[in-house]
Amino acid sequence: MSSDESVNKTRRTLVVSAGAVGAVGAAAALTPFFTSMAPSERAKAAGAPVEVDLSKLEPGMLVTEEWRGKPVWVLHRTEEMLTGLESMSSSVSDPDSKLPMQPEYAKNLGRSIKPEYLVLVGICTHLGCSPSQKLEAGEASGLGADWTGGFFCPCHGSKFDLAGRVYKGVPAPTNLEVPPHQFLSDTRLLIGEDSVRSS
Amino acid sequence: MASSFTNWIDQRFPMTKMVREHLTEYYAPKNFNFWYFFGGLAIVVLAIQILSGIFLTMHYKPDAERAFASVEYIMRDVPLGWLIRYIHSTGASMFFVVIYLHMFRALMYGSYRKPRELLWIFGMVIYLCLMAEAFFGYLLPWGQMSFWGAQVIVNLFGAIPFIGPDLAVWIRGDYVVSDATLNRFFALHVIAVPIALLGLVVAHIISLHEVGSNNPDGIEIKKNKNPETGKPIDGIPFHPYYTVKDIFGVVVFLIIFAAIVFFAPEMGGYFLEHNNFIPADPLKTPPHIAPVWYFTPFYSILRAVPPMFGSQFPGVMAMGAAVVILFLLPWLDRSPVRSIRYKGPIFKWSLAVFVLSFVILGYLGLKPTNVWGQFGPWMGGADRATVVAQICTVIYFLFFLTMPVLSRLDKTKTVPERVTS
Repeated sequence: MSSDESVNKTRRTLVVSAGAVGAVGAAAALTPFFTSMAPSERAKAAGAPVEVDLSKLEPGMLVTEEWRGKPVWVLHRTEEMLTGLESMSSSVSDPDSKLPMQPEYAKNLGRSIKPEYLVLVGICTHLGCSPSQKLEAGEASGLGADWTGGFFCPCHGSKFDLAGRVYKGVPAPTNLEVPPHQFLSDTRLLIGEDSVRSS
Repeated sequence: MASSFTNWIDQRFPMTKMVREHLTEYYAPKNFNFWYFFGGLAIVVLAIQILSGIFLTMHYKPDAERAFASVEYIMRDVPLGWLIRYIHSTGASMFFVVIYLHMFRALMYGSYRKPRELLWIFGMVIYLCLMAEAFFGYLLPWGQMSFWGAQVIVNLFGAIPFIGPDLAVWIRGDYVVSDATLNRFFALHVIAVPIALLGLVVAHIISLHEVGSNNPDGIEIKKNKNPETGKPIDGIPFHPYYTVKDIFGVVVFLIIFAAIVFFAPEMGGYFLEHNNFIPADPLKTPPHIAPVWYFTPFYSILRAVPPMFGSQFPGVMAMGAAVVILFLLPWLDRSPVRSIRYKGPIFKWSLAVFVLSFVILGYLGLKPTNVWGQFGPWMGGADRATVVAQICTVIYFLFFLTMPVLSRLDKTKTVPERVTS
């Protein structure tokens, strides 16, 4: 059909450039549809920070709060729980919290602002299941006599210690996430917002 | 007269021409066997799914507060609603049964070989769409397995480096699987994917009819035409010969289908998982999350790959690669013959081992990784099932990766001139 002499170069240039401009326009026309799939204002509002009253949280107890639809654990660690963390360092794969699974202010041994209060997103970093709490050490946990307390994911068997640090050789690749949080007073904790981020 | 009416239409729409091209004068090889039922059956199941789906949407509520209850409403209060729902849920599983057998047929008889590469690719895209359709549909009952299955699968996208977390939020429309997710999955399940599926099925059939059907001998029947009529000597018109054969197949299939719908709609937890009869609870993970059986071979591959560099992305890549590598099949197979009938022992054995490892992967994907206990200290106490899944994953990929070499080395038989009966 189109032999070389029948091609009008000006016309071809026009067709190609009109096609290119049209393609850009079509892509632009699609953006509202893609944008509409992002979280709505309502979803964002539902993701607002959550305040927790710590005055009734006894040592050794854990409360689960809901933040952005995810379970957030607040664990009041006892002295024994805290002393045990040091000895776990050889069994966990990221003992010094090198990977960015926590805000800078929680990059310490206990992965917390105040050593006794551990705040964790209770979602396994493997595939998003919610690990079970196996806070008690030893045989009673059902995880063997050498279990020092922590969290156990029933989906694929990942284990975490009492600072949410992941054990070596389990499916989960990283420590449990520490959400942004701050203490409004000694007994009031705000999950989802910290002075670092809001400033 | 009917002919004057036909004429009236034919002058305005190529009805007779299309009937000739695709039915009465579409010449298919005369040696089709059992394995050639499944293409037609796939169309039948597609029709069943669309029909039953239309009636389910009349009663279903795509709302996180009401979805679970509306499915129970369909099951208990809607007249014969239970039947329509069980037809749809059985259809989903039977679709994959039929498609897997259809794909196995192509694998045996080399139906993906030149000039049928594009036909195979259309088929593979249909398979991808079908997986998406099944995944979106599975969230809709909003049971525990719906919720946590979607959570796991969407998080797979979250494992992609850099863009992953934002991509996962965009897919969900929220920070967790929520009402927004359910609503959009409903839209994708009832509108977007079905339209794409229908278009692709048309493309699949048009390209099939362009190149002509392969057959169990892998012989090109168009090469041997009757010089007088110009028709393939080994071909017979699709209608009435294969329409009649296919109707028989459909009847047998529907008997099996009805038996499942009426006597074993849950199929012992394989077609409808037990945990999905519990409403979704974002704060409580079921003790064991398994996808529905048709995804489990790939899920096993995902689990078999250990995390690397603090990321589980390698597992996601392996799972994706396991599907993508199927697309390349037409170019991996370098055998001088198409069909397993004339291929040598290497292909027969590797196909058998491949199918076996695919089935083992599928079985293990249904079970927790500790299903077979642990090895002793000599293997570092690793889960037996995980090690077996890793071996099967390697076999799965080796089947494809060694094909370019092995298919040339293999000792083939001489392909006859004419199809065998």
